[in-house]
Amino acid sequence: MHMNKQSTAGNRGPGIKSDCFAELELLTYGGIQIELESKVKPLYGKSIERLASDMLDAFGIKNARLKLEDTGAIELVIAARIEAAIKKIVETDKEYLFPFIDDNKKATTKDRFRFSRLYLPGNSPKLMLNAGIHHPNGIILDLEDSVAPDKKFEARFMVRNALRSINFYGAERMVRINQGQRGLEDLDFIIPHYANLILIPKAESAEDIYKVNDVIDQLKKEHNIEQPIWLMPIIESAKGVIKAYEIATAAKNVSSLAIGLEDYTADLGTRRTNKGDESFFARSMVVNAAKAAGIQAIDSVFSDVGDMEALAQNVQTSKGLGFDGMGCIHPRQIIVIHENFAPDTVEIEKAKKIFLAFKEAETKGLGVVSLGSKMIDPPVVKRAQKTIELAIKMGKLSADWEK
Amino acid sequence: MNDSGNMKKYDKLVKNAAGRMVPTIINGEKHVPFMGVGKYKPTGRKHAPYIASCSDYPDDGNKQVASLKDALIKAGLKDGMTISTHHHFRNGDLIANQVFDIAKELGVKNLRWYPSASFACQERLIEYLEDGTINRIEGSMNGPLGKFTSEGRMKGLAVLRSHGGRYQAIQDGEVQIDIAVIAAPSADPFGNANGVDGPASCGLLGFALGDSQYADKVIVVTDNVVPFPCIPWQIHGNYVDYVVKVDKVGLPEKIISGTTQITKSPDRLLIAEITAKFCEEAGIIYDGFSYQAGAGGTALSIGNYFGDILKKNDWKASFIRAGSNEYPVKLLEEGYVKYILDGQTFDLEGIRSMRENANHVNTSPFTSYNYHGKGNFASMVDVVILGATEVDVNYNANVVTHSDGYMLHGIGGWQNCLFSKCTILPIPLFRDRIPVIIDEVTTLCGPGEMIDVIVTERGIAINPLRKDLIEKTKHSKLPIKTIEELKAEAENICGVPQKPLLDDEIVAAIKWVDGTVIDVVRKVPV
Repeated sequence: MHMNKQSTAGNRGPGIKSDCFAELELLTYGGIQIELESKVKPLYGKSIERLASDMLDAFGIKNARLKLEDTGAIELVIAARIEAAIKKIVETDKEYLFPFIDDNKKATTKDRFRFSRLYLPGNSPKLMLNAGIHHPNGIILDLEDSVAPDKKFEARFMVRNALRSINFYGAERMVRINQGQRGLEDLDFIIPHYANLILIPKAESAEDIYKVNDVIDQLKKEHNIEQPIWLMPIIESAKGVIKAYEIATAAKNVSSLAIGLEDYTADLGTRRTNKGDESFFARSMVVNAAKAAGIQAIDSVFSDVGDMEALAQNVQTSKGLGFDGMGCIHPRQIIVIHENFAPDTVEIEKAKKIFLAFKEAETKGLGVVSLGSKMIDPPVVKRAQKTIELAIKMGKLSADWEK
Repeated sequence: MNDSGNMKKYDKLVKNAAGRMVPTIINGEKHVPFMGVGKYKPTGRKHAPYIASCSDYPDDGNKQVASLKDALIKAGLKDGMTISTHHHFRNGDLIANQVFDIAKELGVKNLRWYPSASFACQERLIEYLEDGTINRIEGSMNGPLGKFTSEGRMKGLAVLRSHGGRYQAIQDGEVQIDIAVIAAPSADPFGNANGVDGPASCGLLGFALGDSQYADKVIVVTDNVVPFPCIPWQIHGNYVDYVVKVDKVGLPEKIISGTTQITKSPDRLLIAEITAKFCEEAGIIYDGFSYQAGAGGTALSIGNYFGDILKKNDWKASFIRAGSNEYPVKLLEEGYVKYILDGQTFDLEGIRSMRENANHVNTSPFTSYNYHGKGNFASMVDVVILGATEVDVNYNANVVTHSDGYMLHGIGGWQNCLFSKCTILPIPLFRDRIPVIIDEVTTLCGPGEMIDVIVTERGIAINPLRKDLIEKTKHSKLPIKTIEELKAEAENICGVPQKPLLDDEIVAAIKWVDGTVIDVVRKVPV
């Protein structure tokens, strides 16, 4: 068998922090040599060396030189780098896994709030550790556009380890996989580790959803996973827009339909503007397809991270069109997105009335809820309950408002 | 004057009231170990300089001499002297290096350098520390000089004091300055000087006040000589022996600090936001309150949030203790703050405001910080926002060394500010994997009883001594945790760090605000 004897994984250089660059060379004799350069060496040098030798041992490597350039990475990052370096040159089915933290085993519901979802480049551990403290509704570990082609392989280990062991403090754990076959292979690193939701880029047909679900089902079976894994297909081409409803209804676990405007406008051969006339049709199409399918419609990211005023405007427009959430690429966008997607006074007042009517009907033992002369369907009641719940959660309504 | 060239750096260690082993003899002189906050009460009178006579000074008031070298020679520069300089020009200082170039040229040895702080621009003085021109630095060391000292390469023992402690040491005669060299943006031939005018304007000259009052010889160096009287006369010419004109006294672009921008880091902004919310919920902010928020990115953002709270309620702060720059100046000019009591200005807006606005007041470590005075206003401030490299589970804090033992920062006004009514340290739970909350601080700079609240991105810990603050916030939605919980959370993410191996050898002594020795810094093995 011909394999390379040398490999590298990880990031280094100016501006790189909380990462580790691993350089592995397999030798034929001489045992294990570990060279460590680390800014935290006086505090963690021994534990890093212990981890490295334990990993080499676990993968049955007896003779090698491993050089680590550490910029303050936590253990699971260092381990992801070492494992990626090993697997580039050693064929093995073994995995080096860290304990699963309990918070990361929690399932999410199909209709949970998805106002904000924070994109985290899958190969940049620096941004992952503190992502959860900003309380986005979801975090997206991205394997697609934010990861350079030559880093796609190592990013999978980073994302896998993050899914298991980084606490995102209640944010829904999402992963954006790559397009096509590579994306299906990504699932191996994600599904066994309880990702809550998979974003499928450039969805153009129901077939795209089936393919992903086939692999998910098989992996769930193999790993005895029972909790649901939701799908959020991203519509980012003219063809996808035309097939939006087909995609939204392709499977029961499609929880939301998102739109990606950068690729879409490129596909149209036009440019993205702040006003968004060029994407009005596509956005409306995605909203309509989603609503017709009974799922959430999710808007594209707003890329000017310095302009919070414009973002707020954008969110209001988005909410007005019928979207239920939006992506974000900077933690400071989260609060603006939440504030502007949150129910306003009119919505809260209406929800309160519906909810009170429902309670009254319940105590009276009435089967039908009505408000004035209007009958109210159960989904409307449910929605009102959620609005109230959310208003309380966001501090817009006191928890004891009924008094 | 002392001949410390060949003496032991330190001797006779005892355990002080904080449980730290500290020397009672430092560079041949006696020092008192820390006895507890407010416990040490010296008796006796203050230090006094020699009586001068007008007959020895020119009647026309012209004290100018041809060069700094002339001035130093006339001032009697010789072996073993104590020379003081100041950090008003921060990293743009051009004078301290010249002083020691001249000392080297004259073959003078064993000087004690007593700066109010040293910066990276003085890194090349390492050469003189190595060749014996300078015996030691007694003053805050930032960056390379701190590293040099940490590695045990300085001949004498370094002594670090707070801004207030520096004034106290001068006033009490603990440090007797032979020659003070005051670099000033503007001065007249008589020696009156200020920091608000001239090409190298830096705002004020407060750190040099004590030196001007107590040093045996005082030299003012400027690149902007104005006719008498130089007004405002922040430094009085009546204390000054010689005035020197140079081409350039400082580099304006480096005088203006680069660290005075509101942080863009989302994590730090979050910490700032939580801190402001805490202050609001705990009732610390009210109409007429006062605060100090320093020049760091996080502190500045907190000041901004305080401003928002004042505006929302239409309140006025009675004063801001600064480190000023454009942000507090804006609040002053909008009428949300009555006074800025300023210790140093960090940008051009701060300098302009100080020049134009009578309510933007220049202060000195005497008015703000000196512990051996009849009170000072540090204890009147409602809330101060400070940083720390480490905090331990007993709320003790460290501001000079990192967890690996390297001493890379000075104390500044940090210790003095601890006397405020509420001291808050907003800090990240960890920095590049290094937990900030630990079992025991590497170097004790501030006793835990003085530190009230720790705010991190993952929760707030309130010192159990502050039952009032605990009570006021217990029904809030703030993420209040115990300090042990925060420590465990950091270790859970970062792993438990090993203890760095430090040498037994002591390289620096840390003074408390009353001149007692609170801790030492040990050598980092290289």
